[in-house]
Amino acid sequence: MASPTGTAETSPATEPRTPEQTTSKNPVTGTLSWADDRLGLAKVARGGLRKVFPDHWSFLLGEIALYSFVVLLITGVFLTLWFKPSMAEIDYQGSYQLLRGVPMSEAFASTLDISFDVRGGLLVRQIHHWAALLFVAAAMAHMLRVFFTGAFRKPREVNWLIGVGLFMLAMVEGFAGYSLPDDLLSGTGLRFVDGLIRAIPLVGTWLEFFIFNGEFPGTAIVPRLYMVHILLVPAILLGLIAAHLSLVVYHKHTQYPGPGRTERNVVGYPLFPVYMAKAGGFFFVVFGVITLMAAFMQINPVWKYGPYNPSQVTAGSQPDWYMGWLEGAVRIMPNWESHIGHTTWSWNIFFPGVLLMGVLMTSLVAWPFVERWITADNSYHHILDRPRNVPTRTALGVAAMTGYAMFWLSGGNDIIATHFHVSLNAVTYFMRAAVFAAPVIAYHITKRTCISLQRADLQRLEHGSPSGEIVRDPSGRFTEAHAPISRDEAYSLTQQRELPVLEATTGDDGAPVGNGISKRRARLSRWFLGANMAKPTADEIHIEKEAEPSHRAAELDSSESASQPSVEKAGSAH
Amino acid sequence: MSDEADSDKMNDAQIVPSSPGPIPDPGLEPYVERYSDTDPEVGRRVYRQIVTMYGLVPILAVAFVVFYFAIPRDAAVRFGPLHTSAMNLALGGTAGLAILLIGLASIHWAKQVMDDRESVDERHELASSPEDRKAVGQIWRTGAEESRLGRRKMIGLALGSALGALALPALVSLADLGPKPTSKLRAETIERTIWAEGVRLVNDVTFAPVKASDMEIGELVNAQPENLEKLEGAERQVERAKSSIIIVRMDPDSIKIPDSRKDWQVGGILSYSKICTHVGCPISLWEQQTHHLLCPCHQSTFDLGDSGVVVFGPAARALPQLPITVNSEGYLVARSDFTVPVGPSYFERDSRHDFKKGDN
Amino acid sequence: MRFLSTRRRNPAAKPLLLLLALVLVGSAYALISPSASSSADSNVSSQVAAGKAIFETNCSSCHGMNGEGTSQAPSLAGVGAASVDFQMGSGRMPMARPEAQAPAKATDFTSEEISQVAAYVASLAPGPEIPSSDQYSTAGLTAEQLARGGELFRTNCSACHNIEGRGGALPNGSYAPSLMKTSGKHIYEAMRTGPQQMPVFAKGTMTDQDVKEIIGYLNTTHAQPSDGGFALGGLGPVSEGLWAWVIGIGACVLVAIWLARKGARSR
Repeated sequence: MASPTGTAETSPATEPRTPEQTTSKNPVTGTLSWADDRLGLAKVARGGLRKVFPDHWSFLLGEIALYSFVVLLITGVFLTLWFKPSMAEIDYQGSYQLLRGVPMSEAFASTLDISFDVRGGLLVRQIHHWAALLFVAAAMAHMLRVFFTGAFRKPREVNWLIGVGLFMLAMVEGFAGYSLPDDLLSGTGLRFVDGLIRAIPLVGTWLEFFIFNGEFPGTAIVPRLYMVHILLVPAILLGLIAAHLSLVVYHKHTQYPGPGRTERNVVGYPLFPVYMAKAGGFFFVVFGVITLMAAFMQINPVWKYGPYNPSQVTAGSQPDWYMGWLEGAVRIMPNWESHIGHTTWSWNIFFPGVLLMGVLMTSLVAWPFVERWITADNSYHHILDRPRNVPTRTALGVAAMTGYAMFWLSGGNDIIATHFHVSLNAVTYFMRAAVFAAPVIAYHITKRTCISLQRADLQRLEHGSPSGEIVRDPSGRFTEAHAPISRDEAYSLTQQRELPVLEATTGDDGAPVGNGISKRRARLSRWFLGANMAKPTADEIHIEKEAEPSHRAAELDSSESASQPSVEKAGSAH
Repeated sequence: MSDEADSDKMNDAQIVPSSPGPIPDPGLEPYVERYSDTDPEVGRRVYRQIVTMYGLVPILAVAFVVFYFAIPRDAAVRFGPLHTSAMNLALGGTAGLAILLIGLASIHWAKQVMDDRESVDERHELASSPEDRKAVGQIWRTGAEESRLGRRKMIGLALGSALGALALPALVSLADLGPKPTSKLRAETIERTIWAEGVRLVNDVTFAPVKASDMEIGELVNAQPENLEKLEGAERQVERAKSSIIIVRMDPDSIKIPDSRKDWQVGGILSYSKICTHVGCPISLWEQQTHHLLCPCHQSTFDLGDSGVVVFGPAARALPQLPITVNSEGYLVARSDFTVPVGPSYFERDSRHDFKKGDN
Repeated sequence: MRFLSTRRRNPAAKPLLLLLALVLVGSAYALISPSASSSADSNVSSQVAAGKAIFETNCSSCHGMNGEGTSQAPSLAGVGAASVDFQMGSGRMPMARPEAQAPAKATDFTSEEISQVAAYVASLAPGPEIPSSDQYSTAGLTAEQLARGGELFRTNCSACHNIEGRGGALPNGSYAPSLMKTSGKHIYEAMRTGPQQMPVFAKGTMTDQDVKEIIGYLNTTHAQPSDGGFALGGLGPVSEGLWAWVIGIGACVLVAIWLARKGARSR
């Protein structure tokens, strides 16, 4: 496009064309600059590509959940190509012999088609179902890790709340998916939910009629759940997962205590290339494990259950595992129901089915704020707690897990009865007591264990680690020689923060002063923090002689790390 | 890495000292090389392993395609205790292994070949600087001032109520999700079944009518009303969910029959709703010696020898009994519909007339 | 043969043939019928006697010397031969010890001895007979009939015996046993006689054809491959959830541990 004017030939405006042409000779830089011109990617990549992630297996539990979700999206799309979310009745004429001519909904018939007539359909269906079980399981394991290490503390409370929301939605999503094939198990599950909804005082019948478009089962529920399952909940899940991950990136990852690990840094491997290979590879590992499970382990053989028929049922009708604890609560609940005037109040369903879920949800949402109120701890936390160093929280977590497990076991009380040859009624009575007693026992055992472990840490710090060498001293006594521990270990063992027990600020009359600490809060604070062992002083600690720390600093400088993580620098340079 | 400057503004009140303990931070552990770095033989071996793992993937992918087309859909294979679909095993095995190998190879590469010196990121200040906060406050006040909301307060109120009012149509537009369960509609739906006077009791599945003389003591029949057969599709499912019954015959001397229900049975043949009063599972686990009926879903247990009262489990109400008699041909027929609504409780249910233990 | 064929139009042929036929039928009857009935009679009585002997040594301590029942065990009048064949053939009777329910086990009795006891118990009062194989044989059932058998099974049986016939729990320590290895004959007998807590499914309401279809469905479904892989006990979602944790989370965590481990160092 030469300009027709003569002056343009000497114009500097034509000059930049030359370098632009030379760069485009290299296809990679060419593409990059094309993209960066339009999207400004380099700015983002510069800050993000070398972002550091710490290495620990427990940090990958959330990734298992994330990758299971990706697998669910991929396989879910495949399944939608064949699945018909319709409750219209047809006579089955597909290739599964034992249901030939049986009337069933199109939803169930298309599930059979996916299993028997679409090649690889059964595999994908099983991958989808295993991935769903794994998704919720991994999310739960991840949540427990976050709880026990205190990773929910400031500044990550919001991300904890997002996580709680994700967990709840994952259960809804799973239940909706469980209900779609319209086989005997899904229908029985829906029947249960119908009873659950009905039992809600005041509005139950209204909700039932609105959700099912009239009486159970009707024709509306499968198409409606299909929309919820493939559009509504996945969209919300995707949004929340994006927010969850963005906050992880913004906050930077937490890390366990250790030499060089401080509240002001994060030590690990850069995203590019190490973590791309590790995390990317781990996606394939999760996907591969699920696929192999689907190849070798049968899940939900719907053809055995047959189409839903409200007059049929099977022994061992259970929901998927993550709903099992609610099922168990419903099973062991005493049969309380009030008949007031011409109304019926079904506490036997409402308490375990609706209220218990609310209790779990509320305690999960409230915990970070409750703990912050008890400890009055307003500082940032990037170094994780070792669970033993917060005995009360750890004990509460184990107690909650125990309670959950007891409810879950109650959900399989019939299977326990048949497999261990005990009376079903006895199992039920036992569980009614166990859901209350077992958490209390677990709480005390855990708390004592944590304190003993703290004591063991103290022993190690003050006397070193047992060397296995038995020494006989001149007086004839045998003792085990203790080797002093390394400075690194001693540092890791003493890195936790010691929070003071709050004292009640009371006036002469015993009433709390102004905005001070009430007696109850002080009591809670003592309960939460009071059992901790005090850290030893530097003199009491027995560590091995080693090379000067300066030697390490030199080593660090030679690496390409941008800054030194030592205390001196963090404290003084700024 | 890019935010070191920000850490100048760290709010020291909220950051505790990096090492509050008695031991000063010794700094990162010194870096020690891996065998794959120092020993060329190990390095080569790791390299070979990674390439082999990646190299197996295309082979497995081709095998997957071959299996996809070569294996008949209904072929089964047997390896010891595993007797399964050949297609599922072959496709899943090849695909799963291939995917897994990509993952394992990548992680192996990252662990053994990539540079594994740990690096350190300084954390940046999460909160905004005081200047930023101040500036935002200033911007907010300016904007609020420019909006004139301070002087024209009604605009804000009007906007608020306008947005609030929009929620109303949004909610109301969901009203057609289902019919309103008015007392009239309830009476026609969940409080009624298709049982009526003279309707024969027929076998479920086969729809063969049941003769009283064919019933033996200890016998259980899963039954339906004869008029269910005429219904189709969803309508049949809805009615089936309420009208399913079980017929049992017990030795009349071994059971309690209250006076009010003397003529609800025929010589020890009694009929009960099959729908559990707890959450509505069909319930037919009947022990013929104890006369107990167990729900497989939540283990509520009812005593059919005592008008269906609850003896165990979470169900609160007795199982509704269907009054039956025999017609002139000797077939069992219903005398009426159930006298109380069947199935799980709901708020508007008048449960004062259900049978309670000790009633007569 | 020519002798006969040339004389077949002889006027005497018809009466002669009739006579011959009568003689043949008569002698055949004389030969077969009385001897059969007499041998059956003597068989039955000797069987009953042998059965009574076995009964008195093995069963009478609980069921009474004449099967009239005691406080520990029910009367056997009217339970029929089918009941004995089922209870003893599946090893449930005699019980090893008194418990909530008699478990199936290998039986020490020969089929001859069992049929002797069956004959004895049947002689106490009439009851269901041991079925002949055409009453429970599943030969020749069509796919539609098998599918209907599945519907019957899911309506009448799966509530206790589980969807695959693997058994399930009942109140107070009793249970519905697994049907995975139960023979068609025993299923037939159990349905007709209602052993222990199981209800009776009598002929009048559940025809032989229905029973055949149920047995056919069970046999077919048990012979089928479990298409998705290992059936994991066939216990449904509870065991699936357990395996998701053990294998799924377990395998992924093992890899995660390997992924995050520093590994061997050269010094």
